Amino acid sequence: MLGKLDWSAIPFDQPIPLVAGAVVLVAILAVLIWVVVKGHLPYLWHEWITSVDHKRIGVMYILLASVMLLRGGSDAIMMRIQQAVAYQSQGYLPPEHYNQIFSAHGTIMIFFVAMPFVIGLMNLVVPLQLGVRDVAFPTLNSVGFWLTATGALLVNISLVVGEFARTGWLAFPPLSGLSYSPGVGVDYYAWSLQISGVGTLVAGINLVTTVLKLRTRGMNYLRMPMFCWTTLASNLLIVAAFPILTATLAMLLLDRYLGFHFFTNEAGGNVMMFMNLIWAWGHPEVYILVLPAFGIFSEVVSTFSGKALFGYRSMVLATMAICVVSFMVWLHHFFTMGAGPDVNAIFGIASMIIAIPTGVKIYNWLFTMYGGRIRFATPMLWSVGFMVTFIIGGLTGVLVAVPPADFMLHNSMFLVAHFHNVIIGGVLFGAFAGFEYWFPKAFGFRLDERWGKAAFWFTFTGFYVTFMPLYIAGMLGMTRRLQHYDVAAWRPWMIVAAVGMAVLTIGVICQIMQLVVSIRNREALRDRTGDPWDGRSLEWATSSPPPVFNFAFNPDVRGEDAYWDMKIHARQQSFEHEEPEYQDIEMPRNSPTGFVCAFFASIMGFALIWHIWWMVILGGIGAFATFVVFAWRDHDEYVIPAAEVAHIDRVNLEERRSLVSMAGAV
Amino acid sequence: MSDQTHIPAGHDLAPGEEEQHSVGERILGYVVGLVLALLLTATSFFIAGTDLVWQPSIPVALIVLAIAQMGVHLVFFLHITTGPDNTNNVLALAFGLLVVFLVVGGTVWIMSHLNGNMPPMDQIMRMRT
Repeated sequence: MLGKLDWSAIPFDQPIPLVAGAVVLVAILAVLIWVVVKGHLPYLWHEWITSVDHKRIGVMYILLASVMLLRGGSDAIMMRIQQAVAYQSQGYLPPEHYNQIFSAHGTIMIFFVAMPFVIGLMNLVVPLQLGVRDVAFPTLNSVGFWLTATGALLVNISLVVGEFARTGWLAFPPLSGLSYSPGVGVDYYAWSLQISGVGTLVAGINLVTTVLKLRTRGMNYLRMPMFCWTTLASNLLIVAAFPILTATLAMLLLDRYLGFHFFTNEAGGNVMMFMNLIWAWGHPEVYILVLPAFGIFSEVVSTFSGKALFGYRSMVLATMAICVVSFMVWLHHFFTMGAGPDVNAIFGIASMIIAIPTGVKIYNWLFTMYGGRIRFATPMLWSVGFMVTFIIGGLTGVLVAVPPADFMLHNSMFLVAHFHNVIIGGVLFGAFAGFEYWFPKAFGFRLDERWGKAAFWFTFTGFYVTFMPLYIAGMLGMTRRLQHYDVAAWRPWMIVAAVGMAVLTIGVICQIMQLVVSIRNREALRDRTGDPWDGRSLEWATSSPPPVFNFAFNPDVRGEDAYWDMKIHARQQSFEHEEPEYQDIEMPRNSPTGFVCAFFASIMGFALIWHIWWMVILGGIGAFATFVVFAWRDHDEYVIPAAEVAHIDRVNLEERRSLVSMAGAV
Repeated sequence: MSDQTHIPAGHDLAPGEEEQHSVGERILGYVVGLVLALLLTATSFFIAGTDLVWQPSIPVALIVLAIAQMGVHLVFFLHITTGPDNTNNVLALAFGLLVVFLVVGGTVWIMSHLNGNMPPMDQIMRMRT
């Protein structure tokens, strides 16, 4: 009846996951009860859960990423404490639990923190920057988000019901095969990634189409803000690379469920093929994450330097070069597996070549700052911190791209330090910069600068104190994923890293405090102009938060930095005061399709993990029926009457005029 | 949504979207495509089993026929043309081909070297016997 599921799945003998699970469950229940008692449920359902508004979906993506960041961060804290105490002892985490934690940490941080964070920011900002009213496929967008949330849900369920994979974040066979991982851990891993992978692919298709097909009048490709370009490149990579992941995991699942032999040691299987395929996805994946971050830094650096981006066209070229070359370097993840010198040499050289367009970008940001009037607001601090940190991470990357050096450093703590150096210093700093930068646009008030700066400095220092010791430990021969060790020379560095982790934690607390303080002081921090940073691109041309239709009129674009041009124009000629002729606007209707579809997908995923076949069929039919019902809909748009548009837009214009006249007086 | 898409620089067609053609013309296009596809498929099956041609040329012939088959599908069913309205589709196709070429070609190259240096288990067994 319930497949493999019975009471032994609940880890009653392990206090840590049980207590953590109980706390989370109580917290969720408390929030739910509060929502229901206060009567917020209809509001949540109509305005958020069923929303197809790209801004709302973007915000929900970022919320999901933030919650999962806390989960992945807790895993990181536990690992650092374990390695600090587990010198000539077993530490406090039993090996099978420790193995689950490092696997969950990697999986969560990449798939459920970094991915939703960057996709959320792209969703929120790209249509605004392009000057259009929505993404190309609004309901599909909602489906994509909720499927990602399903994956996150399954990973979190594994904490209390059953176990998570003990195989590392990429679940290499034969360890992840049925003979070495007979439990449900790898199934939790694989099904949550399969379901959220569909969500990511859908988001990728949606954003590529949006950038290619929906641009306002005059928005040529070479007038698009840099963030739109990096969005295009990143989503092209999603569309090209994620099917590889899906196919690879599907083959692994066939091995596990139906006795196939793709990646087994016997019957003609080849485990090396898994490494090859998973990294053919895995390397483009890191550029999927970091390219949008590069776009965010481009926007932030140019805004806070008060200058147009230096070398715009070279930046576009560098972005597209990275997009293509990222598909030519994947072997550097397994130099040591014996492909031989000529293969290693080619891929080593390709890996070094990809540093060149990245270097072009660094110089462009530096030259954008050169001679500019730099304001060190919080987003700019994250950007400058990124440049310093990312250069160090990039240089150690070029070092491990040299095959002989890689043979020494492969799977060592040096490697761990390197990829945290680029992913935290690149992606996470970028996500935080974007969060601080676009928060006023999404919610209509700025974030508290004092707490923001404190968060930056603690995170920045905490990062160095945590990860520089790991480089040294790696040089001293420490391999990754050690549950305990007996080498005295490593111990001090592990203790320093644990101290660094504490500093990082203070950074995270500052970030939470910043949010709390800012929400409390929101009236004082209110952004009435829609342009709190003196921005340059079109998202600042509308009010904060933007109306549901974004723009009453699709703006006319005459050059790069479209909104900057408009402002200069307006100052010279003063706003023309005649009232524009407002028209009705059609917007897509909200739809519960995404939520319902993900609900059934969650049931199906859970049932597949536990081999509850009747429930698999039930979930599958439910998800398909949802799709059919949506396909048969009659009305999918509603009309906002011209009078309402006029009312909303007049308020916005009034604020803007007073801003411009004030600026003119100065 | 429809009024807001001011399409820049010429009209751009999505894959499968038809230009203004009469129904008859469109059906004719599909029929020609179907006939060509069937013809190519039949030829492939015929070539594979025949001894009328020089044997080593058969694999090459099959590859040529397969590529022609792809061409027929692209032109008649996916409506990829060289016109300016199709730039996005052609570029997307080129990008897709490049990625497939890199991943498949790279995989074949890497795996052959891996197997050369470290043969899989069953191959070692066979070498021993």
